[in-house]
Amino acid sequence: MDSNDVKITIIDRDGVKHNIEAPTDMSMNLMEVVRSYELASEGTIGVCGGMAMCASCQCYINSEHDLPEMQDDEEAMLSEAFYVKESSRLGCQIHISKDLEGLEVELAPES
Amino acid sequence: MITTDIIIIGAGPTGLFAVFEAGLLKLKCHLIDALPQPGGQCSEIYPKKPIYDIPAYPEILAGDLTDKLMEQCKQFEPGFTLGERAETIEKKEDGTFIVTTNKGTKHHAPVVAIASGLGSFEPRKPLLDNITDFEDKGVEYIIKEPEIYRNKNVVIAGGGDSALDWVIFLTDVAKSVTLVHRRNEFRGHLDSVEKVQELKNQGKINLITPAEITAIIGNDKVQALEITKKDEAPFNLETDHFIPLFGLSPKLGPIANWGLDIEKNAIKVNNALDYQTNIPGIFAIGDGNIYPGKLKLILCGFHEATLMCQAAYQIINPGKRYVLKYTTVAGVDGFDGTRKEAPKSVVKTID
Repeated sequence: MDSNDVKITIIDRDGVKHNIEAPTDMSMNLMEVVRSYELASEGTIGVCGGMAMCASCQCYINSEHDLPEMQDDEEAMLSEAFYVKESSRLGCQIHISKDLEGLEVELAPES
Repeated sequence: MITTDIIIIGAGPTGLFAVFEAGLLKLKCHLIDALPQPGGQCSEIYPKKPIYDIPAYPEILAGDLTDKLMEQCKQFEPGFTLGERAETIEKKEDGTFIVTTNKGTKHHAPVVAIASGLGSFEPRKPLLDNITDFEDKGVEYIIKEPEIYRNKNVVIAGGGDSALDWVIFLTDVAKSVTLVHRRNEFRGHLDSVEKVQELKNQGKINLITPAEITAIIGNDKVQALEITKKDEAPFNLETDHFIPLFGLSPKLGPIANWGLDIEKNAIKVNNALDYQTNIPGIFAIGDGNIYPGKLKLILCGFHEATLMCQAAYQIINPGKRYVLKYTTVAGVDGFDGTRKEAPKSVVKTID
């Protein structure tokens, strides 16, 4: 494991748990990490490219991590999305950093 | 029947640039797109966002890129079938194709280029059990004919620009307009938000926030909606129409059943040659294709479109000689009779 990596757990849309390593030094976000490991079918995640404009990367945060606060555009997009829960976030707005060590997230259903 | 040289499915940047490249080879194009306007994602999802990796444009707004591409291909007079989704393809005995849309419009050409990106944009439907039963019976996801709402009661749900714009428009048409949104905040152009605020203050619209539609009630058609305000008991509101506007999401759709090799929701093509699919005469270019090393970038789509046109030329004009010409040297002869050319250099004696 690269010293710049963090370990995170992603539960895919079929309920399968994946323990993966994500780089903190490639300015990646959670949506991009999911795509790089191909944990969701291409074309069903990151449709807008990561601009908080489509909600295809919605996920539920299962762990108790203190994540950066939501910006207006993320909050607005989630208010129009489906399957939204209290723990919903857009993966594209979560930057991979050291603080995410041990994070567990679950991908929301496709919509 | 619309007849052309190349049927292009998808009017995004790749499809529009293909029109230009085809035009240089004297091939005419007709584009089909499920959206009501050209530009694909660039116009539908992020027209006001900048793109930084279009060669020679340090920065260009996605909507402006669409405008520039439209201007660039204009003299080749592309045809458009907009607001219709390509549904079926039929290969005739002579090897040509007929592409029919969901509205029955037929297109005939020897070559088909699929430039459909992630797919055709379909409305995102709210998660209400019986909503499909009411489609076109009071539930509409896209407003096509505003006149059907004249003197009717209309409920619009959503918090983005399209919800705000249609609320403003329908206020003058419908008997009553109700806007329901999950939050008090709206994501739209400032002037639209202010206009809706003004309509609310004047009592011209009914604004229900933060709230959600939780059920549709009716027999053959929509008669009422159950609306639940946050932390309150649900209540029913009588209405003739329910228009949920929650954006669009791309779906590969009927193209998946055309017998094309598909991998990872994209169409496999021969990238060593011409981006042809497993069916001769059908090409796939832009974000919707896949090959080893594929990158979903607009600039890669431009390259793929250019090579596809060369192959299309060979199919349409078998054996006919052709040599690559530079536009600077040869100029651009439009199908509309216009000609663009480099100014001739001045030859003059210096005494």
